Amino acid sequence: MGLLILDDPITRWPDHPMPLEARTLEQFRAVVGRGLITEASQLHTYECDGLTNFRVLPQAVLLPTSTAEVQAIVRICQREKIPFVARGSGTGLSGGALPVDRGVVISLARMNRILEVDLPNARVVVEPGVINSDVTQRVAPHGYFYAPDPSSQSVCSIGGNVAENSGGAHCLKYGFTTTHVLGLEVVLPDGSIVHLGSRAVDCPGYDLPGIFVGSEGTLGIATKIILRILKKPAVIQTLLAAFNSTTEAGAAVSGIIGAGMLPAAIEMMDNLAIQAAEASVHAGYPNCGGLLLVEIDGPAAEVAYLIDEVSRICTQCGAWEIRVAQSDAERAVVWKGRKAAFAAMGRISPNYIVQDGVIPRTALPMVLSEIERMSAAEGLRVANVFHAGDGNLHPLVLYDRRIAGQEERAMELSINILRLCVKCGGSITGEHGVGEEKKMMMGEMFAEPDLETMQLVRCAFDPEHLSNPGKVFPRTRLCAERTGPYQPHPLEVSGVAQFF
Amino acid sequence: MDAAWSDLRALVGAEHLRAATMEDAVDGILPEMVVEPGNAEEVASVLKIATAASLAIIPRGGATRMAWGNPPDGGGLILSTRRLNRIVEHAWGDMTATVEAGCTFQQFQQTLAEHGQRLALDPLWPDQATIGGILATNDSGPLRVRFGSLRDLIIGITLALPDGTLAKSGGKVVKNVAGYDLPKLATGSLGTLGIITQAIFRLHPVPRETRTLSFSVPDSGPSGAASMNALVLAIQDCNMVPTGVQMRAGSSLTPELDVRFEGTATGCEAQMEQTLRMASGARCIDSPADVWNARSTLWSGTEPSIVCKFSLLPADLGTFADLIRQASERLRLPWRFVAQAVGVGHLRIEGPDAPALLDAVQQLRQNLESRGGSFSILRAPLEIKSQMDVWGSAGDALPLMRSIKAQFDPTGVLNPGRFIGGI
Repeated sequence: MGLLILDDPITRWPDHPMPLEARTLEQFRAVVGRGLITEASQLHTYECDGLTNFRVLPQAVLLPTSTAEVQAIVRICQREKIPFVARGSGTGLSGGALPVDRGVVISLARMNRILEVDLPNARVVVEPGVINSDVTQRVAPHGYFYAPDPSSQSVCSIGGNVAENSGGAHCLKYGFTTTHVLGLEVVLPDGSIVHLGSRAVDCPGYDLPGIFVGSEGTLGIATKIILRILKKPAVIQTLLAAFNSTTEAGAAVSGIIGAGMLPAAIEMMDNLAIQAAEASVHAGYPNCGGLLLVEIDGPAAEVAYLIDEVSRICTQCGAWEIRVAQSDAERAVVWKGRKAAFAAMGRISPNYIVQDGVIPRTALPMVLSEIERMSAAEGLRVANVFHAGDGNLHPLVLYDRRIAGQEERAMELSINILRLCVKCGGSITGEHGVGEEKKMMMGEMFAEPDLETMQLVRCAFDPEHLSNPGKVFPRTRLCAERTGPYQPHPLEVSGVAQFF
Repeated sequence: MDAAWSDLRALVGAEHLRAATMEDAVDGILPEMVVEPGNAEEVASVLKIATAASLAIIPRGGATRMAWGNPPDGGGLILSTRRLNRIVEHAWGDMTATVEAGCTFQQFQQTLAEHGQRLALDPLWPDQATIGGILATNDSGPLRVRFGSLRDLIIGITLALPDGTLAKSGGKVVKNVAGYDLPKLATGSLGTLGIITQAIFRLHPVPRETRTLSFSVPDSGPSGAASMNALVLAIQDCNMVPTGVQMRAGSSLTPELDVRFEGTATGCEAQMEQTLRMASGARCIDSPADVWNARSTLWSGTEPSIVCKFSLLPADLGTFADLIRQASERLRLPWRFVAQAVGVGHLRIEGPDAPALLDAVQQLRQNLESRGGSFSILRAPLEIKSQMDVWGSAGDALPLMRSIKAQFDPTGVLNPGRFIGGI
């Protein structure tokens, strides 16, 4: 079952929500002073995140600078039953930080201090607004790095990474945000402060960091995060291989994994993605049907041996050009094109939709040919950029909004690609999150009892559904009872949508 | 109650429901019956019947870790997963595998090895321990220094809940952020939220080569522990990639260190040379046989003893070893520990005198908890277990944990009283 928006795929949310009572605004102002935004012109900055086709104007935006201020704000929200949405840098791609109707946005951008660097124990304690790449920058002089590296790492925040359980190209070997978060200080939706996990591993009790990371802001607001950092590998080499087709490149990926190697990253781009990257950042990629980037890191002797083996496998699978980037500068150029791939689409198409599906890696050839067929049938181009090692696809559906009906068809195509991923035993999201965009797809991946069971966790953390309500799940479970009766979605009540 | 037994009998068949014997007792509590459902649906139905009859359920896999946890508040029914022992799928091309909870770790690992793969985990007693039991107790060994613990390896789970719901979470792909991460919540929850019926894991290749080096330092006093700790940190702080860094020490054992490398032969050799250079102040010794299974020896021996799991910051390892030495010298208690460089270890303290053991435990726990670590008792005489929460403190998160428990198991039938804070 899913919620069908009747009006328009570009949801028209109310532009003029009910104003907060002056009394409540005064209470907020008493907490954050000038860190309170209520001017419509300024509020527009916060009406969407990186998924710009969903917009809701918040009633107010609050910019706290400390845990105590976050707590005071949440207490007011709890008392007045005002829903709140925590926001980091607003780079999310699933509408996770989309404001909610009649709600406020709590921006953590001003809580951006690195509080502690403990090198002997490889821990860093940060506030949620710290930018991802700033962590690595801070510890790099000592030979350490923070492993999760979403493509937006130069602007996205650790708090946002925690909410989305962000990945990145290197999570094939190093894991996701959840692998690297050991503990958190959290303001719960009832305004209490709790400490989940600890600086040491294996804290007794339930794995609360495990459930909090990736909960997309629905369980509370992280105000401090204990991260684990890693020692930079002795040697990093990136091999670039050009193939005639993604099928050949896919066979090389299977060969590499089959040979028992675990590269730090394996990335694939198809011709359309290569063209866009070239037009945008001139990474010097060969013009080919399928491009593979394989990064091997580790002890020097190991890397030298394995890069030869990867090279041999690629040649056997039809690679006609192989380059190995050895210096940091060479590697930066090779990665530049890949990291800029999404934004580069603007060079070859007026509009595009970024999708984030996952498939078992072995289904790659079948899924790619099916995407090609679907793309031809819709008459829309699809560029493909993947984290090929772990089967995470980022199909980019290109369209022109000015052509009537094309946007709807593009959305339909991108949804159908996700359906294909689920059919192959995969997932509707590998790293972007469910958020607002894909909550209706959850029912295609999980059965109702699965979703109901997940929401038991929500009921334990946020029984009143104040923290980022309405996201992730297609339907909200009532928390008071063991099995709650069906609760209509507000959009359904207002006649904007109906369940199908 | 009789109605519940007959319902259960009808469900699983008379041959899979029997009266419990003394061998089934948990911390002196003798349950009434033992039930062995044959599939996930039967597990869920057993839970539903037991919940309706308010029967406390004690889940059991290979029964290797039944002593872990507080004494149960009650025990009506042991639910054994012994018959859920299939390996459902080994998708070797995708490096994932789906396995039922009652499958032994060894059987699972042997099947994965047919395609040169493994679950990169080294739990205790792999020949008897089941996947479900290992998950419920969150057991991990030396490999975690490189591959993390179960939370980093599990990607999907099926849970049976007390109301008879069978719920899946996660999936068969390594990368997946759709919905809440229940696989992690269930891992280490000691069967208090639901019964794990099936799990899906990401796999790693069996290494091409493995090499181990061991070292000792001559001094058993504070400087010995400190220099060993310094070496552990130095190995972590260089850019080698060991798959085991283990410190062993005891009242009659000067600190020893084991380092393991896996990968290509040239990679292993180069890292061994580097380690030997770094450890020039220590003495290279022959590695004891089966040294990577050393922690299991802490459970053997006839002396009255306690076995504990501790966690701490890696840089505190030397200080902690010294603290154990001081406490045990004062109380005249022999001890041994095996610790992994990530800051997790197991400790055995021996002695016939329960108050002395209790004294040592309290002192060590207090010290570790004040530094952000933890100290949990895994095995101890009942008179000690009944005097304290074996798990230690959950801090200010305990109310939240209770509230999660209340959502999943509102009537408290699953392993009652055995988890932290009496959950």
